[in-house]
Amino acid sequence: MFGYEFYVDPSRCIGCQSCVKACEECETHRGKSMINFDFIDRGETTATAAYVCWHCDEPTCAMVCPADAIKKGEDGIVQSSLKPRCIGCSNCVLACPFGIPKIIPEYEQMMKCDMCYDRTSVGKRPMCATVCPSQALAYVRPEEIARRREKPANVFYFGRQRVATQVRMMVPAETASVSLDVLDHIWEESYVAASQSR
Amino acid sequence: MRVAKLPASPESLRERFGPHPAYIPPGGWRDESENPAERLVKTHCCFCGQQCGIQLKVRGNQVIGFEPWEEFPFNHGMLCPKGVKRYLQGGHPDRLLEPLLRTTDGFRAASWDEALEFTARRLREIQGRYGKDAVAIYGGASLISEKSYLLGKFARVALGTRHIDYNGRLCMVSAGTAYKLAFGVDRSPLPWNDIEKAEVVLVAGANVAECAPITTDYLWRLRDAGGKLIVVDPRMTPICRNADLYLPVRPGTDLALYMGLLHVVLREGLENREFISGHTSGFETVAESVRAWDPRTVAEKTGVPPEAIERAAHMFAGAKRAIAMHARGVEHQSKGVENCLALINLCLATGNIGREGAGCTMITGQGNGQGGREHGQKCDQLPGQRSIADPEARAHTARVWGISPQEIPQAGYTAVEIMEAIHRGEIKALLSCCFNPLVSLPDANFTREALERLEFFGVVDFFLSETAQHADVVLAGSLQEEEEGIGCSAEGRVIHIRKAVEPPGNAKADSWIYCELAKRLGRGEFFAFRTTREIYDELREASRGGHADYYGITYEKIDERMGVFWPCPTLEHAGTPRLFEDGRSFHADGKHRFVATEWRESGDPVAPDYPIYLTTGRVVSQYLSGTQTRRIGGLLEQYPNPLLEIHPRLAQQYGIADGDWVRVSSRRWAITLQAMVVKTIRPDTVFIPYHWPGDRSANLLTHRTLDPRSKIPEYKVSACRLEKAPGRPEWAAREGRG
Repeated sequence: MFGYEFYVDPSRCIGCQSCVKACEECETHRGKSMINFDFIDRGETTATAAYVCWHCDEPTCAMVCPADAIKKGEDGIVQSSLKPRCIGCSNCVLACPFGIPKIIPEYEQMMKCDMCYDRTSVGKRPMCATVCPSQALAYVRPEEIARRREKPANVFYFGRQRVATQVRMMVPAETASVSLDVLDHIWEESYVAASQSR
Repeated sequence: MRVAKLPASPESLRERFGPHPAYIPPGGWRDESENPAERLVKTHCCFCGQQCGIQLKVRGNQVIGFEPWEEFPFNHGMLCPKGVKRYLQGGHPDRLLEPLLRTTDGFRAASWDEALEFTARRLREIQGRYGKDAVAIYGGASLISEKSYLLGKFARVALGTRHIDYNGRLCMVSAGTAYKLAFGVDRSPLPWNDIEKAEVVLVAGANVAECAPITTDYLWRLRDAGGKLIVVDPRMTPICRNADLYLPVRPGTDLALYMGLLHVVLREGLENREFISGHTSGFETVAESVRAWDPRTVAEKTGVPPEAIERAAHMFAGAKRAIAMHARGVEHQSKGVENCLALINLCLATGNIGREGAGCTMITGQGNGQGGREHGQKCDQLPGQRSIADPEARAHTARVWGISPQEIPQAGYTAVEIMEAIHRGEIKALLSCCFNPLVSLPDANFTREALERLEFFGVVDFFLSETAQHADVVLAGSLQEEEEGIGCSAEGRVIHIRKAVEPPGNAKADSWIYCELAKRLGRGEFFAFRTTREIYDELREASRGGHADYYGITYEKIDERMGVFWPCPTLEHAGTPRLFEDGRSFHADGKHRFVATEWRESGDPVAPDYPIYLTTGRVVSQYLSGTQTRRIGGLLEQYPNPLLEIHPRLAQQYGIADGDWVRVSSRRWAITLQAMVVKTIRPDTVFIPYHWPGDRSANLLTHRTLDPRSKIPEYKVSACRLEKAPGRPEWAAREGRG
């Protein structure tokens, strides 16, 4: 849908799994949910995370695909593998830094979130973001998301790999990118000094 | 388990009537691609008081899927997993398709003539032998308002019994009683859009994320707008992660906490004197009643730190606009009414009522929890929220019904009291619609014993619930989407339930069943309704002039305005989203009443032999007694069996690890469940969700102590003890667990 963007905010997630159930109802893959849902550590916290595909500008899954089966459309949406080409090798499953693609054994094919292509192409919002009761998954205009406390970011660092995505992660204000490597959070001088003095 | 008097073995009943979880839509997952839906029906979810707008996909006479309804202003398309999967009740294999009569080895199908004639004859016989009040009616708060109204009229006009009550008695009555005492009316005083307009919202005993999931978005929008969130709960429920202040109250001590907050407000002089003197009465008595509840005393009682009590009081009283929202956590107690009153007192003292973004509100739980209690299936009320003891109300209702006021019986017993009267042999026959007391009433063994003593038990339902298995006759009734009508949401918004399909097979609309029964009881002239619209038109007239005045609300007006808030006395009236904006309550003197509260201990106190608090509640994927949601595979797999939530510190004392089997004993009974070891619960408390029947049922452990005014059971506070079980229990082997 023109002018709408997809935002993910795990701090809002209440773990209800409405997205998981609703994704299963989507026309193109009815019966198979493409949501990645986790209880982070239920013993410690009620924190949960529900993720869709981040739809990378340069999708790692497509880059590592030996069969050239994963395509990104002009709209920036990274599609499920092309059935005639997919060899079910799982390269994409192993390579995706976000852990999104899934091999569906009975179809011998990789399938993933296609941001409800069937819905967004006819002016409907993706199913998961439409039903999400806490709007942890939201498909809205940027001016609407600007009213929130948290701010969107779409650049992630995984070690030395920089990944820019179409789907945005809501992070505390003043944070422009998200690094998942502890080294990026360490004050290097003190780290080096500490290791040398040992 | 004690031996149950069932017509056949539990296994054979289960084989025939389920619950069989349905995972796949009628016709299969790919069916809709080849045979698309023929129409979309804009209606509302059948589960919970939020009453989210939803569109049902219909093909032929079957609901085959759903589509979000984004234009509906309450939920904008949002749905919880129950709403997403509700459509799987359409074409469900367990659906009752014809009337059933009990035989010596199970149930046999019967014609409607035979089943209705049998029911009417047994009711007549029992009333002839033991008197009119020997028959009781149970209704349900998930029924559309037309059916609720009809049930109330059926009890009083067709049967002439005073005993009719409903399962909302297990849900909203503490709040209803408190709001009537304080404000003279039983409704949320504010619409949900007010939530984000507040500066501070205090959520008391409400697991919003799981029991009213859509309200979460309203709370998050409050925070986006800069508002602060205070949550009070013995468990750190999902919304607590974003709370600005979390108060981990000990079960059953909420009253002390709210009296303590008011104590601090008054000590600091933070009350709104102008509002108190201009719009309220009874302040001095309440001020006196909280004098002894200083933060230190409250902390000892509640386990909440004194500093947190001070801070909460300052946050709430310091805000220009503050809201207190509460639900079953405070209401399901033997002082449930006092708990609500203490919150109301706090709001009144700080001038938080009758303004945008300010007030006290209840989060109604059941599907038509609000509408279902307004028009006559509550034992002490006549339509329009009128008191059955009020001569004027009786005269008005009698005129609408075409009978004399003397013919209307006086107030009867409440839901739990009815079961107790059955147990002691005072009530001999029960006709129950959409109520599963064997799972939902406290002390389930007592309920089972009572059911076995009935001389006649008739049930109107669409699935054979655990309770219905004990029936002499089962009249195959209708789902929510099989009759047109109205409901009223937690906000007080009257909504239109559209009919999507006809009842399948030889099942019938509930309203038809009651009208036919009335005919066979010789009272057909008072039940000559051909459609639910005709029932609704009579309801409008009956409610006219009452507090819950629906006269000005028509089906068409609801459609045009996406719901109308009552009271709405004329066809031109726009409805009343927010109550008391003129500064007046619904009491004759227009004053909001402070009502003093007094501390009492729980009816099932912890003691050395039962040293741990047990509290019960819901999970997001199940609804009430599970009659519907345990039949939906996608919901069942999300949380298949009840787990025992326990803090690692408590678990360690008993050598319990995550996943271990634990025997939980109360003064009533013991059950064995798997432990879920989590740091999100107080270490003196365990939690069990109550949606399951038989030997997994939390309500085998709970007790029948009632709030003296609302008669709600104390589900949220029992005493229990724990021991590690030697192995998995019988039920787990049966269910394939562990």
